[in-house]
Amino acid sequence: MNANYPNIITVENLAAGYQNNIVWQDANFTIDHGEFVAIIGPNGSGKTTLFRLLLGMQKPIRGNIKIFNTPPKRGNPYIGFVPQRHLIDPEMTIESLELVRLGFSGKQWGFNPFSQKDRKYAFDVLKAVGAENLAHRSLGVLSGGELQRVFLAEALVSDPNLLLLDEPLSNLDIRREQELVQLINNVVRARNATALLIAHNINPLLSVLDKVIYIVNGKVAIGKPNEVLTSESLSALYGTQVEVLRGSQGQVAVIGIEENQHHCD
Amino acid sequence: MSLSINLLTDLQEMWQYGFMQHAFEAGTIVAIVAGIVGYFIVLRRSSFAAHALAHIGFAGAAGAVLFGIAPIIGLLLFTGCGGITIAILGRRAATRDTQIGIVLSFMLGLGVLFISLYSGYATEAYSILFGEILGISNNDVIVTLVASLMILFSIGIVYRPLLFSSLDEEVAEVKGLPTLWLGIIFMLMVAVATSVAVQVVGVLLIFSLMITPAAIAHRFAKRPKQGIMISIFIALIATWLGLFISFYEPYPVSFFITSIVFFLYIITLIFHRLKIKNSSLNND
Repeated sequence: MNANYPNIITVENLAAGYQNNIVWQDANFTIDHGEFVAIIGPNGSGKTTLFRLLLGMQKPIRGNIKIFNTPPKRGNPYIGFVPQRHLIDPEMTIESLELVRLGFSGKQWGFNPFSQKDRKYAFDVLKAVGAENLAHRSLGVLSGGELQRVFLAEALVSDPNLLLLDEPLSNLDIRREQELVQLINNVVRARNATALLIAHNINPLLSVLDKVIYIVNGKVAIGKPNEVLTSESLSALYGTQVEVLRGSQGQVAVIGIEENQHHCD
Repeated sequence: MSLSINLLTDLQEMWQYGFMQHAFEAGTIVAIVAGIVGYFIVLRRSSFAAHALAHIGFAGAAGAVLFGIAPIIGLLLFTGCGGITIAILGRRAATRDTQIGIVLSFMLGLGVLFISLYSGYATEAYSILFGEILGISNNDVIVTLVASLMILFSIGIVYRPLLFSSLDEEVAEVKGLPTLWLGIIFMLMVAVATSVAVQVVGVLLIFSLMITPAAIAHRFAKRPKQGIMISIFIALIATWLGLFISFYEPYPVSFFITSIVFFLYIITLIFHRLKIKNSSLNND
């Protein structure tokens, strides 16, 4: 029902941070239904903070956020969230299916020993992300790419309209990175959902993105990749002269230009 | 008393004694509760916090003895307060070994003071530290039963949210589950379970009933329900077998229980090594 709002997210004059420490400010943007958006920026620039605001885990310092036309609140059933996870204990023997299953029924109080419905849902979602062969494997023995598929299934099992993915591509090699991006893209498009994905490197995402949110030095820029990823706009964002170089497939590299290099030219 | 070939006659002979009957009753209830709560303790990686709770309980039990109250009351009071404190300090506090160890040793010291102030028998201290299941009264059995039913009832209510927040706390919190409250409720369950288990194995040996069976279960089971079943099964076998042997041999029950779970754990480790070896051979 909430999928009917054309604007999934509306942000006005938003500032985020902790007490007297503003991480970024003056953010204004909208995310439309069905868009695939990357959030790019250096470490500590406040990418995860944006997610915390959208999830209602943190209050903005000032400004407005509307998500599905209401203020953010914890426990929003229309949002699927994959946090950045650093490590899974290798001794964790619980199987993937159980984690995905809890994504569906983990909020329910009481004990229902006979319910198998959630197991079936969980298995179907694992199948949808191409991970049915992982269903009965222990979480502790899965590789980084396999874990990300399971986490994606855990987020998808409650059938969300909006997916928030925090650094799902970190610690993956280039091939696995490509596979996961394709998978996320397919799943998001097939379900007619909207996705925000935090990443370090925009290149593996360029072919699927509708928009990019760039957070640097306390400033937030948003637009189509071709509009944002230009020497002019990124120089303005970084507050110093940078140059955007393009590879043969349109891949980008952002190079800082030191002042004294001009003299050498 | 001598061991016959017929198990049934042996048990009948044993249960003629009221103290043996009470021991089997209390032991069975405690094993079930310890098996379930232990499974979650191992899942949440808070074994050391549970160990510390038992030591905090020692001070409570010793204090109760000093003031002429039933030790179980002191145990429940101290472990309950300790459990809430650990839960409020947060999940990360439950894994802070150094701070927990410091509080633990202080509480043991406090218990020693209470025991020395108490001019009665030193056997009181001995039974709190190492368990005295053969000295359990009918009243103790009833207290154990009521406390354990409360734990089972609570687990029944919070089962899935507790499992979710133990396995994936961040997502559980975002989904709107009250993870802090779940942590407090859980530590209270650990406190009550510890208090009743102390009667069987004592403060110092609490690991053997609460952690070792659950640790074995985690190695064998990939699903929580199976894991909990295995954990209960091992705690039950160890308690029953320990009680059975101790009827014929003049050694403490706690020794038998701790030895049985220890050997089961060693066997589990060897089994797993072999399994890993085999699977790597197959892959080659």
